[in-house]
Amino acid sequence: MLHREAGVYKTSYAADMALYPLPIARWSVAAIILLFAVVLPTALDEYYLSIINLVLIAVVGALGLNILVGYTGQISVGHAAFMSVGAYTAANLAVKLGLPFWITLPAGGLMAALIGAIVGIPSLRIKGLYLAIATLAGQLIIEWIINHTPAISGGAQASIEVPRPELWGHQMRTQGQLYFFLLFFAALATLASLNIVRSRIGRAFVAIRDQDIAAEIIGINIYRYKLLAFAISSFYAGVCGVLYTYYLGIANYEQFQIGVSIDYLAMIIIGGLGSVLGSIFGAIFVTMLPIVLRLLMEPVLSLFYNSGEMSAVISSFRLVLFGGLIIFFLVIEPEGLNRLWRNIRTYFRVWPFSY
Amino acid sequence: MTNKRHWLGAGCLAGGLALAAATAGAQDKELVFGLQCDRTGATQTVGVFLCPGYHDYISLLNSKGGIEGYKIRVIEIDNEYKVPPAMEAHERFKKDGAVLEGLYGTPQTAALTKKLEEDKILGTSPGFGTAAATDGKRYPYTFPIAASYWSQGAAAVAFAKKQLGGSLKDKKIAYLFYDNPAGKEPLNILEDLSKSEGFELRTFAVPAPGVEMSAQVLDITGRYKPDFVITHLFGRAPSVSIKELKGKGYPLSKVIAFVWGSSEADIKAAGGFAMAEGYHTIQFAGVGSDFQVIKDINAMYQAQGKPVPKEQEVSVFYNRGVMVAAIHAEAARNAIKAKGGAKPTSEDVKIGLESVKGFTLGGMVPPMEVTQDDHEGGGWVQVWTVKGGQLTKDGEWFQAYRDVIKKHLAATN
Repeated sequence: MLHREAGVYKTSYAADMALYPLPIARWSVAAIILLFAVVLPTALDEYYLSIINLVLIAVVGALGLNILVGYTGQISVGHAAFMSVGAYTAANLAVKLGLPFWITLPAGGLMAALIGAIVGIPSLRIKGLYLAIATLAGQLIIEWIINHTPAISGGAQASIEVPRPELWGHQMRTQGQLYFFLLFFAALATLASLNIVRSRIGRAFVAIRDQDIAAEIIGINIYRYKLLAFAISSFYAGVCGVLYTYYLGIANYEQFQIGVSIDYLAMIIIGGLGSVLGSIFGAIFVTMLPIVLRLLMEPVLSLFYNSGEMSAVISSFRLVLFGGLIIFFLVIEPEGLNRLWRNIRTYFRVWPFSY
Repeated sequence: MTNKRHWLGAGCLAGGLALAAATAGAQDKELVFGLQCDRTGATQTVGVFLCPGYHDYISLLNSKGGIEGYKIRVIEIDNEYKVPPAMEAHERFKKDGAVLEGLYGTPQTAALTKKLEEDKILGTSPGFGTAAATDGKRYPYTFPIAASYWSQGAAAVAFAKKQLGGSLKDKKIAYLFYDNPAGKEPLNILEDLSKSEGFELRTFAVPAPGVEMSAQVLDITGRYKPDFVITHLFGRAPSVSIKELKGKGYPLSKVIAFVWGSSEADIKAAGGFAMAEGYHTIQFAGVGSDFQVIKDINAMYQAQGKPVPKEQEVSVFYNRGVMVAAIHAEAARNAIKAKGGAKPTSEDVKIGLESVKGFTLGGMVPPMEVTQDDHEGGGWVQVWTVKGGQLTKDGEWFQAYRDVIKKHLAATN
């Protein structure tokens, strides 16, 4: 990830597919693990951990959407609805049957995968904007069903309170404890994504994205793989919804409305379609940028305004800056932050002898 | 260009230092209030009027020396009506030592309920959140401090009863509501009352985003022909409902709206006050600028040589902001007094809020009595009616069918 190679020395497929092309790659991964598992939780206080927690949840959702939109080329604007499917599945299992999170979490994911595969059926016939509308219908139908089915939603308020996740009798409730809970699943999701996209399945997804007829001719069952892409993507979304449920202690479908689907689309487009690292960059960018902008603006603006006026200015100005920065990054690199990062690396690979 | 940049850089640096110095100096005689708001999200039409009211009241208090010698610092965070920023806001308030926090938005209130309890910081949710939060035993750190949707539903029925001559026997009432959890919440109260009062209730759901309801309204005015209509809508939907009902010939004097369909902005968007003559609204704070506290705020602005805040145009929302700030301040005052002037913790302020009683702010705040069991404070409302180009008070503060509400509260546990 952070290393520089002196040239291309790969002579086998295995070498090309390796997750660690050089020993230094292994070391940098070890350093990152150390950073996240030891340094960050000890160095940061609860507030900053809470921001990282939000990023970690978003990473899981963005990874899933990127598998569908970025790798397979099937657009979906119903991602948030799949999160709510996962959330309510887990909440009902946790409350009605008293199951622990290590059962409810995969169950939420699987239920979302099932519903996702059903919502994905139109993708077998239509693509592009038409598919976007079909998945939009999926989003609205799922919202409606949850809102009108007390057996799922748990009553008029459509919210189910869930106990905190427990491990070996210890409840995880502070931001620090929940950090490890979320970190584990975000890391697992990242690892799974890295392996899916370099496997046979991932290559089939890419083939379908690039040219579906050609993919069919070379022997890829595009029906199967399109539905599989929907199922895997929705599984991630479902897990993301379950993580939200445990993190907040409540499942509530109003947290997973159409706007959230758009937010996640924004994450993967800004981060970079068709890349695992891009999903992570996008989740970090969209979640943290508004917060960082506000933290930067507060000390400056407090010189000129009183607290009431400042709040109004910050809210509006932050929106302008946020939008402006998205446009700025997409103009300097339309393929997203991941490509920008790769460009920087490529530049330094031959630096200072650029030609 | 470079020069400008230098100045900007120097400004930033100076700003940071000044802030650091200011916060370091004022720590011990300062209380921090956290306020979540939505100025840029789905419900910004409310937030841009409500939150300035909050700030103005706190500025007024600070200009008079604060609460019992303590200055108040308000940290406002715009959660854009989204849940993740609301969680970040809560953690920020906690980090900065906030003694209480004003929540904003129903999903955000739901998402923070557990965290507030774990962190022992109270959150107020006036006019949103769940009616069950009235029960302080079940939700110790969530305070609606204003009439819940259950209380509003009961009040609407009581008002209809009064308007229809004291009896609802064999009358027909239509309930036109936004098809979301908040819209459905008062249904069980209305159904219960329809049995005990003997009226027929029919419900008409309006799907999101609520700007298209001609079919529902036609059903009400053309087929059902009710004696009274209760509306519970949000966003742009209230103004559409006024326009549609009026357009299809239903008398607006037989319509009463819940608290989020009751602002001057809704009436103006529906075509103005002249057109909405007779429309009834439920309010949990006083309306208009005929209150001493509003005059004081305006005097404060004039003394600083600034124009009167334009947010007062929508006094319904602005005054709600003032009311929330006033109750927060009252809770802090009670807590400081109870500790004999020492700096209160967030738990002291919770006890302070649970002893708010007989605080009316010159009639702007209802005569609520918040207790450990009743975090709603009694569910008081006032009805204001569009009359002669403005909202005019239609009777005093009242509460309705408390026994029914209490029964339902007990049943949810």
